[in-house]
Amino acid sequence: MQIRSIDERKGEREAVIMKRKNITAITLAAVLALAGLTGCGSSNEEAKESSSSDKVEITNVSYDPTRELYEQYNQIFAEHWKEEKGQDVEITQSHGGSGKQALEVANGLEADVVTLALEYDVKAVQDAGLIEEGWVDEFPDDSSPYTSTIVFLVRKGNPKDIKDWDDLVKDGVGVITPNPKTSGGARWNYLAAWAYADKLYDGDETQIKDFMKKLYENVLVLDSGARGATTSFVENGQGDVLIAWENEAYLSVQDYPDDYEIVTPSISILAQPSVAVVDSVVDERGTREVATEYLNYLYSDEAQRIAGDNYYRPSNQDILKEYADVFDLDINLVTIQDFGGWDKAQETHFADGGVFDQIYEE
Amino acid sequence: MRKTGKRVIPGFGLTMGVTITMLSIVVLIPLASLAVYSAKLGIREFFQVITRERVLSSFYVSFITAFAASAVNAVMGLILAWVLVRYDFPGKRLMDGMIELPFALPTAVAGIALTSLTSDQGLVGKFFAHFGIKIAYTRIGITIALVFIGIPFVVRAIQPVLEKLDGSYEEAAMVLGAKPSVIFRKVIFPELMPALFTGTGLAFGRCLGEYGSVVFIAGNKPFYTEITPLIIMSELQEYDYASATSIALVMLFVSFLILFAVNALQAHNAKRIKGGNL
Amino acid sequence: MEAGKNKKQQIVKWLLIGISVLFLGIMLVLPLFVVVTEALRKGWAFYIEAITDEYTIKALILTLKATGIAVICNTIFGLCAAWALTRFHFRGKKILTTMIDVPVTVSPIIAGLIYILVFGKQSVLYPYLQQAGIKIVFAVPGIILATIFVTFPFVSRELIPVLESIGTDEEEAAALMGAKGFTIFRRVTFPHIKWAFLYGVVLCTARAMGEFGAVSVLSGHLRGKTNTLPLHVEILFNEFQYVPAFAVSSILVILAVILLVIRSIVEYRGKKET
Repeated sequence: MQIRSIDERKGEREAVIMKRKNITAITLAAVLALAGLTGCGSSNEEAKESSSSDKVEITNVSYDPTRELYEQYNQIFAEHWKEEKGQDVEITQSHGGSGKQALEVANGLEADVVTLALEYDVKAVQDAGLIEEGWVDEFPDDSSPYTSTIVFLVRKGNPKDIKDWDDLVKDGVGVITPNPKTSGGARWNYLAAWAYADKLYDGDETQIKDFMKKLYENVLVLDSGARGATTSFVENGQGDVLIAWENEAYLSVQDYPDDYEIVTPSISILAQPSVAVVDSVVDERGTREVATEYLNYLYSDEAQRIAGDNYYRPSNQDILKEYADVFDLDINLVTIQDFGGWDKAQETHFADGGVFDQIYEE
Repeated sequence: MRKTGKRVIPGFGLTMGVTITMLSIVVLIPLASLAVYSAKLGIREFFQVITRERVLSSFYVSFITAFAASAVNAVMGLILAWVLVRYDFPGKRLMDGMIELPFALPTAVAGIALTSLTSDQGLVGKFFAHFGIKIAYTRIGITIALVFIGIPFVVRAIQPVLEKLDGSYEEAAMVLGAKPSVIFRKVIFPELMPALFTGTGLAFGRCLGEYGSVVFIAGNKPFYTEITPLIIMSELQEYDYASATSIALVMLFVSFLILFAVNALQAHNAKRIKGGNL
Repeated sequence: MEAGKNKKQQIVKWLLIGISVLFLGIMLVLPLFVVVTEALRKGWAFYIEAITDEYTIKALILTLKATGIAVICNTIFGLCAAWALTRFHFRGKKILTTMIDVPVTVSPIIAGLIYILVFGKQSVLYPYLQQAGIKIVFAVPGIILATIFVTFPFVSRELIPVLESIGTDEEEAAALMGAKGFTIFRRVTFPHIKWAFLYGVVLCTARAMGEFGAVSVLSGHLRGKTNTLPLHVEILFNEFQYVPAFAVSSILVILAVILLVIRSIVEYRGKKET
């Protein structure tokens, strides 16, 4: 009894004190926690000021299959810039699916330049207000210093005898291509196939759709990116034919000359990867000059040869001719303009409820 | 006495303050932004987005594979917990230590490793390919990845309950001549039920949202092996934030439902453990 | 009769053990085996070269940094939350408990997405953050936040059941004798929860190191700057550098195994003490 009453009285007093203490403590805790979180927030400031005299840093946000290309290009550009300006330049690379990369730049990933798989993705960055209109004409050849096309990679000896697009819709042929919804490269694949069917059926839409439907019925794995698709085909042994960027196909053949060969279809598409300076970022960081030169120098003879060595088609015609024994230069290429430009192609084919969705939904 | 007694212990303000603040900053405010963004669509558009055929089928794929994986995990989790608690054998501690491996192994690494194992060129896949069963790039493959992700949840939920289980009922039943299988079914299993549900529920929730490991093994074919998180990713890729957040909101809602069910059971469970101890 | 029963039980025992071993062998050990054999496919020299690559080391440092900060934050949170939830009664306790668990079942993709919505370019906060020079998304803080999110309940989940089961009697007594809050915690409570606490911290660390999905959405994949080890694995994999990819994976595997060994020791000692 005795204990209980003491306990109670003490409890009441405690409760009153506690209440007052509670409020202070809650505020204190809140401030502490906030400070802790923003504390780790501000730890990243140093990078910003470094764009001063003797050293400059730029970030190039690119897409998956250009890793090897830019690894080499960054070296010669660094030498070139050092020679011209006496300044060291450090280039940070970021690679990933083209659409995802564009999205991240639009969301605040600080890229000085973007070098993406297609114009549409650069346009997404423009739509976010980061790149000024007219960037397409800022550099030669529609701002695409190198181009590529879509070819087939088949297993050695071509056991399924695949020669052209119509062999891909035959029964029992396993096709590997990434998902056009998540991969920029896969959109080129899709459009190239469409161009073939368009010619074959003379523009009859139901027949073309039928063709596309059959083609995608044969697709075994629809990876989310071009590199994933190559992995499925090469490392995990899936399917009979990989629809791939020309440069990816050549890389695989280079790595495994005894296992694969390249088949060039009768018709394909001119894939024009686009490059652009991200205006709002370079203006804020004061890196416009170096960023512009970075893209400009891509058109130099040296850089064009690096592109060729990495199995991209140099946009400089003279240098392209040096690689005549590598590339099939007679290939019949349609361009995105034949589809009415990217906006239109995107809307008809790849938007939600577009032709690609219809192919799968029927 | 009880009432005041609770207030005797200090620290309510401080701990509560830290808890609420961190919870708000890390979890609640960011999650609320989902609702705000998807509110940009009207109710009708919202339903249009989430009832698109491809989205619906991805819900189905996610659900069915997570469900299958949880079922496997429920059975295997029960067996593993039983073996680890009730039996002694060489290598037991090693086995016990391994259970959390899926927590610790990066999901991408797990996905890549599982894919190369189960593709028809892989060690395990080759074996099953003889019987015409394909694992990688099918729903079976997704299920396998999810079993991997979910197993620790079930084992670790059941283990403590099984350890604290009062042996006297079991003994009584044994003395009365009940068969072991009957004892398990009638005496032990009912005690384990809440924990089993809790663990399986958590595993199920985790599996529904899993991305990193599944994306490598799934093959990602629409209507067949395309999971909901992948749909969210592709909506993002199309710069369609409203759709992405709407679909995400549906998933979030399901997670909440699962968690509420799990926590209700857990409260029940806690009482049981305590009751058994006293 | 008795002997027959025992024999039958023995059969059941070994059958169940057999199933368990087979299951764990295929599901957990084989993938590890694949990682290790692939990592060493081109021999030791190549392996060493792969794991001492400049970018690998930078990624390792970033991973350790993010993990460290996340674990500290979650430990503080876990202790506070467990104390508040088990030592006091208040309204909305159940909802609070549920909220804390939410990150376990939220898809990592969504976890990444929500931070982009809050701190990214379209957010209302963005201009202010920009002004203050604070970068969160596509920078190290974003990675840390994502890591905190996915491991948020790990410590508190371990502590709550233990704190609940030991009851509050001792702490009440100490408080009545005039002990201060922190002293009570240190002298009375902590010895009871020591092992559960360590267990939670170790698990939290293990999970934090391996997080891929959420971090991938928030990182921006800037090589040498915002690449954690799991992301670096993905990048190598996408560069067709399979052997280095598995070699880097093996670093994560080794770290995971070390942590799990620590965990086992912690658990074993904890059990011995009680």
